Amino acid sequence: MISRLLPVILFVLLGVLLAAGLRIADHKTDIPSPLIGKQVPDFSLPMLGREDELVTPGDLLGTPYLLNVWASWCVTCRVEHPFITDLAESGQVRVIGLNYRDETSDALGWLQRFGDPYEFSIADVSGRTAIDFGVYAAPESFLVNAEGRIVFKQIGAVTPEVIEEEILPRLEEMKNGAMGK
Amino acid sequence: MAQWGNSRMKSNKLRMLILTIALLLTGLAQAAEPLVFTDAEQEARYKHLTTELRCLVCQNQNLADSDAELAQDLRKEIYDMLQMGRTDDEIKTFMVDRYGDFVLYRPPVQGNTLALWLMPAVLLLIGALVLVVIVRKRSRLLAKQEKEKS
Repeated sequence: MISRLLPVILFVLLGVLLAAGLRIADHKTDIPSPLIGKQVPDFSLPMLGREDELVTPGDLLGTPYLLNVWASWCVTCRVEHPFITDLAESGQVRVIGLNYRDETSDALGWLQRFGDPYEFSIADVSGRTAIDFGVYAAPESFLVNAEGRIVFKQIGAVTPEVIEEEILPRLEEMKNGAMGK
Repeated sequence: MAQWGNSRMKSNKLRMLILTIALLLTGLAQAAEPLVFTDAEQEARYKHLTTELRCLVCQNQNLADSDAELAQDLRKEIYDMLQMGRTDDEIKTFMVDRYGDFVLYRPPVQGNTLALWLMPAVLLLIGALVLVVIVRKRSRLLAKQEKEKS
């Protein structure tokens, strides 16, 4: 009896396994960031197009912000660009760009062509700061709270779903937390 | 005449072979980075580390094999840290702090990797059990048949 049922049971188990695999297929290559809950790594980088103005994490304290890693060579950055623009224009959060491993002229040209949603971008030409952020592919986005702690990381495009389900609820939480104090 | 044609064909083949090998080697020549190590031990550590650490962009390659820009950056980072006299553990911690355990090809034994580490042993045990059961059944069957014959 058992030996007859065994293939059926194995089949069902395999089916469950494959179904689970399909469900996570889109995010299989996402690597959970060990930086969640930690302070933004230290850096001192020039603003894009204004080489003499250096920005450090300390300058960004006080309000939550979304740090969006982008580059002119990054195809998916173009996909998320309208959504990033909408989010920035809605005024719900500061959106700051981190221009990753790019030529300044290419980067400025990209912003001119598609529009510049960022309050400003900082330029990481060598990609060294991005390594400290654990960036492995653009686009990536980090939601940072007013105290400079990373609360969420999005790997890949920021879509309307990501904004609705991940970013806005966390901003709401931060606001309530601040009022609770 | 036939002899001559044959040897010419052979030398043509040989030429093609040499050309093919030479073309294959050009890839190697480009991939090699001109790194200068203080001693052979440091070079061995560099080679060991870059094969033990995963390239994050092309996730089934290690840092040594990958040509991705990030892999190049990380190799340089590892090289610089070696020059600064950091230990292998310090370099691995540097990578894990940024990219998580995933960057290690040999994941540490801990709560969430226990299944990964124990599964081979468990599967081996199941296999051994199945084998024992089948062998016993067969030998019993064989003994029965022997009895019936006699």
